[in-house]
Order: sequence, then structure tokens, then C-alpha cells
Amino acid sequence: MKLMINEGSAGEKRVALDDLILTKDLPTTAGSKMLDGYVSLFEAEVATRLQKAGYTIGGKANVGEFAIDLLGETSYFGACAKEDGTLVYAANELLEKGEVCAALQMDVNGAPRRAAALAGQYYVKPTYGTVSRFGTIPVACSGETVGVAATTAETCRQVLAAVAGYDEKDGTSLPQSMYTQPKDIKKVAILADITAAADADTQAKVAAFQAFLESKGIACEKVEVECMSAAKTAWNALMAAELCNNVSRYDGVKYGYRTPNYTNIDELYTGSRTEAFGDVLKTMILFGSDVLSTNNYEKMYDKSLRIRRVVAEAFADLFTKYDCVLLPACAKQRYTVEDVKADQYLACQEALFTAPASITGLPAVIAGGVQLVGPAFSESSMLDVAQCYGKEGK
Amino acid sequence: MQKYETVIGLEVHVEMATESKIFCSCSAKFGGEQNEHVCPACCGMPGMLPIVNKHAVDLGMTAGMMLNCHINRVTTFDKKSYYYPDLPCSYQTTQWFAPVCVNGTVTIQTANGPKDIRIKQIHMEEDAGKLVHDEWTDTSLVDFNRTSVPLIEIVSQPDLSSAEEVVAYLERLRSLLRFAKVSGCRMEQGSMRCDVNLSVRPVGSTKLGVRTEMKNMNSLSAIVRAIEYETARHIDCIESGSDELVQETRRWDDIKGKSYAMRTKETAGDYRYFPDPNIMPIVIDDEWYDRIKASLPEFPEVKKERYVNELGLTEYDADQLIQSRQMCDCFEEATAQCGRAKEVANWLISDCMKILNKKQMTVDALPISGKALGKLIALVADGKVGSANGRKILAAMFEEDIDPLTYAEQNGLIISNDTDNIKAVVKAVVAADPKSVEDFKSGKEKALMALFGKCMRELKGNCDPQVLRTVLLETING
Ligand SMILES: [Zn+2]
Repeated sequence: MKLMINEGSAGEKRVALDDLILTKDLPTTAGSKMLDGYVSLFEAEVATRLQKAGYTIGGKANVGEFAIDLLGETSYFGACAKEDGTLVYAANELLEKGEVCAALQMDVNGAPRRAAALAGQYYVKPTYGTVSRFGTIPVACSGETVGVAATTAETCRQVLAAVAGYDEKDGTSLPQSMYTQPKDIKKVAILADITAAADADTQAKVAAFQAFLESKGIACEKVEVECMSAAKTAWNALMAAELCNNVSRYDGVKYGYRTPNYTNIDELYTGSRTEAFGDVLKTMILFGSDVLSTNNYEKMYDKSLRIRRVVAEAFADLFTKYDCVLLPACAKQRYTVEDVKADQYLACQEALFTAPASITGLPAVIAGGVQLVGPAFSESSMLDVAQCYGKEGK
Repeated sequence: MQKYETVIGLEVHVEMATESKIFCSCSAKFGGEQNEHVCPACCGMPGMLPIVNKHAVDLGMTAGMMLNCHINRVTTFDKKSYYYPDLPCSYQTTQWFAPVCVNGTVTIQTANGPKDIRIKQIHMEEDAGKLVHDEWTDTSLVDFNRTSVPLIEIVSQPDLSSAEEVVAYLERLRSLLRFAKVSGCRMEQGSMRCDVNLSVRPVGSTKLGVRTEMKNMNSLSAIVRAIEYETARHIDCIESGSDELVQETRRWDDIKGKSYAMRTKETAGDYRYFPDPNIMPIVIDDEWYDRIKASLPEFPEVKKERYVNELGLTEYDADQLIQSRQMCDCFEEATAQCGRAKEVANWLISDCMKILNKKQMTVDALPISGKALGKLIALVADGKVGSANGRKILAAMFEEDIDPLTYAEQNGLIISNDTDNIKAVVKAVVAADPKSVEDFKSGKEKALMALFGKCMRELKGNCDPQVLRTVLLETING
């Protein structure tokens, strides 16, 4: 079980970076044979800010190939699993072992949220555009964000504060003037239909968190929002489309893996990509390619964009009555090597829980094994709740 | 009466004259060592995000306004996917869904009179790199210097019907875009190139024939030859009922004078366009729109009319000046300075052009300021500097940025009205050349010119020719 792909410095405030966040001194691989040993000429804005704030880069946490799988099982460097076959996510295991105090993670399809919930840790996926994506290996740019995992909500807040803020090098970065003041959380909607899709143990987690909220005088109400489950299908399609386009630059010409067996440019392309990419990634590339094809653009890509708007409107509607929503982050409380062998594309199913926040760019917080999703810029209010849970909830 | 008519539409690519590339801060200058103007962004390394060069958008809008286009107030960038080694990201960022300009017109003049050519759209995009084949090692190398240099693609409707019209259209585009400083439009450097879409149909038919496309044409004469060849080929195929006429992309071989079908592999494919999520839609507000509108130059023919009617230039001189925006700017500035339009035109058309030709510089690189030229012309016209010395000063102005008066003073080029000095010089010259004096007295006018020239040289040209002539005659006639 390889947790750290490349070990960084030892130090007081050690932070692990998902292996999609570029640094100049350590290789960044995106969990792929294609980028094995690839060293970037520049470092991610978040890495720069982290070090400026006095943190040390502890190393690169193992991730699944381009971070689109369930829990890192598609990594070229091997899946991370316990002896009994339980899958763990490398960053969370590093936190568990106390090797790092926090981890910066790429939230592409919700794997960090899923993993933090399973590990009983804390995680914040900030509002899209508040943390620079400059220097992160692009996968699904329209929804992915850099998030922070830690063993306390307070650490999540501190590390997020160190890396967040406007960056002129990222065209989607929001200027500070657009930030709005978050409201305290007084009323929470529980997404009942999505919660019902999870198993009994997971539903019990949601019920327990609801009890905690109510004990703090926060009102909870069950709501059913039909379109929320469509976010899964739409985000899978958008993610695959953007992934397909973003990984097309890895062609064996400029850097990265090149097949030794070629006699012309077509063989160089197909040989390099065939030999360096894993099966799940290849399937997703094919799917994405299909989504963007002229025949399917209207009914798959464009429709997904429309679903994105519908879901965003549904959230906006909810937030006129509630301060945030509560839902699970995954369907079960344990995933094993066998599970992903039986279904390589389990992550696509699990997107039911994570895609609503991914597709809309809304902030999400993981605490007590459940997920809160709030309006833009509400991450600090949700972290208040998470922090309170950390002190009094267990 | 001809049986067939040719229907031609053009896609013209023009590199915009920005300092830097369209999505990164690398220099967009032509030339340089291979891979000198590159960075991780334009080499397709992961993690760099595109930041749109606002000046490129300014120039895109300017082009649209010069071609009477509607400017889309919300314009977006999209990704076009295809694999080629000179395209480092394997996608080109272009404008597919909401191009910056749509629905324009360009009026061309040919022997048949004026004709409006409709513009379908103008979109901005990034250029690709260049493949260099190294025969020695039998490898292909990639030069990314041109990667991400900003381009506009001007797409016309199929309104052109002959090579003559195509040439007139391209020359008109070139003139307007150069005038608005959108681009140098140098076909030989590849900063203007075009794809020719051509079909042939019987006269009177409203249905378009089978269309073929010839890509990347970059010389007017080659375009003319290609259109003539391709038209004849289409007609042959139609008349013989040949199945060789299919919709396809063809390559024009100008040396062999033939077009060839490109392998379908090079052309077929689905570009999988979709909006680039890393580039927010660009909103052109009224302030931005008005700023660009206000910056537009007068059209060349409007200038010509003004030069002839208001400033009294000849048609010929005005035509010479409107060949270049730099010439016009210099002319107008110099005229404003000295008020002598006719003289300014002469200095620019003959003297400045001579120096430029000698230095093998293009008009666009005219290095002198109109203000300084105006000052110089005033000095000569007011009799403060002799005309030969004026030309010396002009040559110096091409070397460095100087003030003509200061330069004339420092180099002793000011005409002196010190008649004592003139008399002394003339006296000495006359005394030293009694033969010429005798010749003149015996009726040889030429001898006077020789004496005059000698005196002028002695005086280093700093003498009013009228004054010198008077003094000389007085001295000879005693
Ligand atoms: Zn660059």
C-alpha cells in the first residue's frame, strides 16, 4: 500500500498534496503511468500559498488515475487497502496515521468527500472559484476544486484560509468583491430521496447528525427534490467530456510516456496512450469522446449543461428557505477491493451523493460521516457547525 | 456566353499584431530562435490556465468594425479537438458558438465595378506551431514559437465568382486591416493566409455544385493559378460525368501547378467542439465598444478624398500615401506641424521612400515622427536650411530621434545671412578661377553655374541661393 508517491520535507505543519497538484521539486503523476516521474516547471498556486503561510509540503498522496475513481483504486502505483480489503484513500490514511496535519485534495468526482466521510474526518470543498486551480492537473475544469481534509474542522478552516483568495492566473478565480457574507445556519433541509438511496448504516449517520443539529436548536426538515439525482448522470457526462479533452495533450510527443514501438505518428499516439492509460480511464475517455461527438452533443453535452442549470436553480430555491442541505456522501460505510473488482465504475454510481455540489460549484463540508452543501461562500458557516460537532457531537 | 459560373467562399486567417500571445505572456513576435518564445502554457504542459489577452479582443473587434460587422456583446471561447504534433494541447482554443463578429460586408472594386461581399463571421483563435523535418536524422521537430499567437479567421459567404474578385477581396481586406493596425497582413511571413472553397455550377442554376477546399494558400499569384486550375478541373469533371469530383480538402502544389486530394485521414474527423470552461464569457460593455469605435481610422478612400479636395494633393500623390497607415499618419502630423501638405507629400513619397528602399525597410517601419518631418520642411521652406542640407537632416532622422533645428545648429547647417562672409567667399572663388569668369563674360552661362556651385560648396550650402547669385553677379561685374 503506497500512501505517499513522493516524500517531501519533514516539518511541524506537514501537509500532503494529492498527486495532481504540481510542485517543482517533487514529481506529479496524476496516478498515471503516463506522467510517472513528470516534474513540472512551475508549482501550483495553492502550494506556494501553503508554504508562505508556514506549512511544509509533506509529499504527494497517491490518487486514482486522474482522480475519477471511487477511492484511488485505479492508481498506477496500486490501490490503498487495509488487510481486510477495505479501501482507504491515501490522504486520509496519512492523516489517520498522523503523518500530516492536513491534505490538499482535488475534488473532481467527490472522492475526497467520500473518503473523509468513510474515515470520520473533516473535509471542506470550497465554493468554485475561491481557491486557485493554477498548477493543478486539469481533469474536469468546470467543477473541480482544491479542497482541504483534516482531523478537525478548525484545521480545515485554517489551511483553507491559507490557500484561498483571488488569483489572476486563474480566469475562473472570483474577485474578493464578489464574495458575500455567509449566514449562520439555523435551518437545514435533509435531501430525503438521495438519503433513501444509501444503506441503513449510512442513513443512521444522517439521522445521528440530524439529532445533533436539533440538539443545537437547528431545525431540520426532510425535502424531496427530484432533479437532484439527475446531477449524477449530467456530471458524469460533463466530467468525461472535459477529461477526454484535457488528457488529449498526453500524446507521447512532448513529455510523459512514449511507446518504444512506433514507426509513424499515429502509432506513436495510439501506442503511447494504449500502454500508459488504465482501463477505467480509457473507458471514460471513450465515453467523453462520445458525449462531445457531433451526433450526441445536443442530447448529451448540451442537455447536461441544462441539467446543471436546473440543479443550480433547485438549490437556489432551497436556499430561500434553508441555510444548507444535509445528505450522505456515499452509499455504504465500507468499500472493498472486491467491490471495485465487481464494478470498476462504481464511482459513477456514487456520484449520486457528490455530483450535486460538483456540478453546481457549491461548497460542501464533511463532518460526522455526512455531507452539508450550502450556498456560495457558506463554507465557513458550515465549518462552524462541523467544529461544534467535533467538540460536542460525538 | 460562358456556360458555367464559379462560386467561391474564403476563410482568411490573419495574425493579429499583439505584443504577446493570446493566452499567455510569451512574445508574439515573428522570428526568433526555435522555441524561444515559449512557456509551459503554450507548450501544452498541464496546470497552466488561459488568460485572454484583452488587446487581441480589441483587435478582433476592430477588424469586425472595419468590415461592417455586428459585434457580439457576449463572446466565448471553445475548444476544437484534433491530434497533430504542432498542436501541443491536442485542442485549439477558438470561437465556435459565439464568435466576436458576425454579418459584415466588404465592398470590392473590379473592372466590373463595385460589389459587396458578405462576411459570415470573424472569430478569434490561437495559431498552431510548426513542424520542421530534419533530413539528417530523419526526425520531425516541433517549433512552438507560433503556438498561441492570436489569429482572426474571416469567413466570407460564397459571394466571389472569379480569381480577379478574390484578389480584389484579399487586397481590400489587407488594406483595411493594415490601416486599422490589426495586422501587418504579410502573406510571405504567413501572417495572412487563406482557404479557398470553390464549386462550379451551370449559369442560372441556384443549386451549389460539389465544393472542394484548398487550404493554407499564402500568395496571391498561387491563389489565382489554383482557382483557375480548380475551376477547369470541376468543369471537366462535370462535363465528363467523372466521379472524381467529391467534397474534399485538396492541397495546391504551386510548382507542379496542380491540386491533389489530401488523404482522408488528414481531413476527416469530428472536432468535438465545446465551450472552454476555463475562459469566462467575455462581455463587451458600451464603454469598451465605444472605445474601439472611437479608435477606428478613417477609411483609405475617405482619406484620399480629403487629401485631394481639402489639402490640394494630386490623385497620384494621395494614392501613394494611402498605401500605408504609417505614411498617412506621418503625412497628417507633418502637415499639421508645417501647413505645407504638398511639400510634405513630396518629401514622403520621394525622399523618405528612397531612404526606406535603400535600407530595405517596409513603409510600416517608417521610423521618423510626423512632427519632426513637419519641422524640417518648415526650416527648408523658410529658407533657414538649404534643401540639400535638409535631405542630410532627414537621413539623420532615420538614424535617431533628433530635433531638426537643434541638429542643424549643432552641425552648422543653418543658412547664414552674413553677407560679408558670402562676399569674402565669392571674392576668393572668383579670384581663383579667372577662366570661368572670362568664359561667362564671353557668353557661356554654364560657367556661372560652375562658379555658383563652388561658392555653395565653400559655404557648406548654408546660403540663400538668391542672395548668392546676386553677390556673385555683382562681384564678377565689378
Ligand atoms: Zn507562452
